Amino acid sequence: MNRYWALLFALVPILAVGLYLIAAFGFGSIGDWSLAGLWLPENANPHAWAIDHLFDLVHIICGVVLALTTSVLAWIVWRFADHPGRTEKASYITHHNLLEWVWTLIPAMILVFLAFYQLGVWEDNKMKVPTRVVNDHEVPVEPMALVVGKQFGWEVYYPGEDGQLSTLDDVRVENELVLPVGKPIVLRVEAKDVLHSFAIPSLRIKQDVVPGMTQLVWFQIDKPGTYEILCMELCGWGHYKMRARLKAVEEGEPLATNR
Amino acid sequence: MATTTLNDVAAATGEHTAAHSHSPGFIGTYLFSRDHKIIGIQFLLSSLIWFLVGGLMAAAIRWQLAWPWSDLPVLGNWLFAQQGGQISPEYYTMLVTMHGTVMVFFVVIPILAGAFGNYLIPLMIGADDMAFPTLNMLSYWFMWPAFICLMMAFTAPGYGPASGWTSYPPLAVLEQAAPGSGLAQTLWLTGLTFAGISSMMGSINYITTIVQMRAEGMTFFRMPMTIWGMLITAVLQAFALPVLTAAFVMQISDRVLGTCFFIPEGLAVAQMEPAGGGGQVLLWQHLFWFYSHPAVYIMLLPAMGMASDILSGMSRKPLFGYRPMVYSILAIALLGFIVWGHHMFVSGMQPMVGVLFMLSTILIALPSGIKTFNWLGTLWGGRLQLSTGMLFCVGFIAMFVIGGLSGVLMAVAPVDIFIHDTYYIVAHFHYVLFGGTSMIVLGAIYHWYPKMFGRMMSERLGKVHFFLTFVLMNCVFFPMHFLGAQGMPRRYSDFMHTDSFAHLQPVNEFITYSLFLMLAGQAVFILNFFGSMLFGRRAGDNPWKLNTLEWATPSPPPHGNFPQPVKVYRGPYEYSVPNRELDYWMQSEPELGATDAKQGSDHE
Repeated sequence: MNRYWALLFALVPILAVGLYLIAAFGFGSIGDWSLAGLWLPENANPHAWAIDHLFDLVHIICGVVLALTTSVLAWIVWRFADHPGRTEKASYITHHNLLEWVWTLIPAMILVFLAFYQLGVWEDNKMKVPTRVVNDHEVPVEPMALVVGKQFGWEVYYPGEDGQLSTLDDVRVENELVLPVGKPIVLRVEAKDVLHSFAIPSLRIKQDVVPGMTQLVWFQIDKPGTYEILCMELCGWGHYKMRARLKAVEEGEPLATNR
Repeated sequence: MATTTLNDVAAATGEHTAAHSHSPGFIGTYLFSRDHKIIGIQFLLSSLIWFLVGGLMAAAIRWQLAWPWSDLPVLGNWLFAQQGGQISPEYYTMLVTMHGTVMVFFVVIPILAGAFGNYLIPLMIGADDMAFPTLNMLSYWFMWPAFICLMMAFTAPGYGPASGWTSYPPLAVLEQAAPGSGLAQTLWLTGLTFAGISSMMGSINYITTIVQMRAEGMTFFRMPMTIWGMLITAVLQAFALPVLTAAFVMQISDRVLGTCFFIPEGLAVAQMEPAGGGGQVLLWQHLFWFYSHPAVYIMLLPAMGMASDILSGMSRKPLFGYRPMVYSILAIALLGFIVWGHHMFVSGMQPMVGVLFMLSTILIALPSGIKTFNWLGTLWGGRLQLSTGMLFCVGFIAMFVIGGLSGVLMAVAPVDIFIHDTYYIVAHFHYVLFGGTSMIVLGAIYHWYPKMFGRMMSERLGKVHFFLTFVLMNCVFFPMHFLGAQGMPRRYSDFMHTDSFAHLQPVNEFITYSLFLMLAGQAVFILNFFGSMLFGRRAGDNPWKLNTLEWATPSPPPHGNFPQPVKVYRGPYEYSVPNRELDYWMQSEPELGATDAKQGSDHE
């Protein structure tokens, strides 16, 4: 009777892997409560494809490990559960050094591989500001706008006629960011009052904005459309409604209108 | 070596002689007791009550997420009469804050170190009590100012602190930033400082007791894994906690005395410029996580130790790889001090520093993996006695595999850019803290209840409870991975009006139904817990037939724990030793033949 608990534990690898496959590949919906297609949302930032790739890769590695270990666990319960009539004693094994080395070194190699494999992606997304060539020199791309988080909304400033940010002729818009598609974009992000986080899930962008600090985020949008900007760091009671819209337009269309 | 110091400490403090010389009466026995067993049970009961409170808060949170702004049943009319029975967004952020605070500081940490640490350490090492019984009593009673402060915070303006259990400034520091950032936040800080002092008293006591008061023959490498877990945890507490206490004092001082540790220049909160400036917002995050990441291991290592003991004993098989298990605990503890920055990958911390934290974080997955494989090795070839306690521990392995592996996703910093502050994180730490620690705690209650109360809990009800908890916790937390993959943020009181997440409402509804069922299922446990005190079968000294010293004394153990001083002859995991009739061999049982010689040399 005892061994039937193994069936419960066998559900862990079956359901965990099964549900992940349903979510990732989007089949098998059952009524309203479907997980089908609940994987990463559409990615409109061509520079961040590597984040999605890492997300999938680590899930595959972890999925295999999960399936193996939890299946073994279920099998152990099935095979070794005590039952009336069992006469065989438990085996007296205290340790096995070779096994210890095997299950230390193989995971270690996978982890070291992961650690180094991702370094370039981190660098591209957080350390290397995009550059453009001016007179044979590479110069960093200038911030196209300044986004300031406040309770509970986003102020967007575009350079005015002088082409400079943080001058008197800046154009200010609330909760709407209009940007061109198809070219590298750099934004300056700041906070006015408390911590916020400038996050655009469909561009794989997230950067906490910190009062007293100025930071840069960069990305590219390859499809015109509207994307949601969210605050992803608790900033007070209105945190949930601190949203803005990013409108991606073809190059040449006006970015901001004076209101 | 150990027994002589035991007597020294007892003589030096005078505690034991005093405790033995007169009968302490009801208050001295059950309320202000200095007996580690009573203190352990006091910690256990108060943590379980807070567990219920935290669980009800989770229910309210889930109610709001499944059906935003609909009237809260039963409590709504009483709590939110002005709003017509709905949870307000202020109240929601308070709930999120207090659910985390209560579960971390009032449930998981005190139930592991306070309840099981107190109860098991002296018994398992063969000591008659803690090294400092009065300090031990104080460590429990210092929790009460903490309890009172937090309860008072609920009545303060804004219904309570509302800046998250991480209490990030400036939101937490500036009174005008949030309704709960007034008196409530000061009470929160004060309360948790008391809780910290309580933990510190406990830690000092545990370290001293384990190092100084082990019974004769109980060498370090004959200690059960529970004791290793408790010892390393106490060391982690002792080193990390002063930093958190300092940070709390700095935040209190920012709020009350007008210093500016965490307030930068030029803030404009709610149209008011705060005076001063020149502080650093990120400083708090570093200080907070320098404690709170080791705290993750404080919330896990003792539980892992208890799981190791239960798994080995109930498989009737030696713990597989005892030394690698000890070394991996040590490795986790050491690495645990240099990984705190992985909470801050997108915080604005210099990204180059992030690289270092990413490397150390990936490394820490390794010892956790080693422990998991060794547990599987322990079960393999065993003769598994699937008691309720054992089932919870086997279930824990499965849940810890899920929670541990999803942690690898977070260690990969570029992926963390996307999943940071989403439900993926919520799923991850609930798999570790609920699927991991809480499952073991429940299992440990079933396992050591006979020792604590002298009666067995009902196995039939226990298995119903395990089945409900195991199945429903997965229904609650597993779908959260997919919410996180969609990018759904934490701490939002309403998703319905967002473009990106409104379509996730059915999943949120499913999670909420599952949580309600899981909470209802805990009634089986409460019934079993209290019912068994009266109606449970008498346990006897050693109902599970285990080796460790706590089973070598009556249940419940008398004051002073052991009728005669115990002596340890072997390690704790001598199960199914070949050529022995019995499949267990107690640590205190003398070798045959050598018995007379050994007892002749016994100094007592």
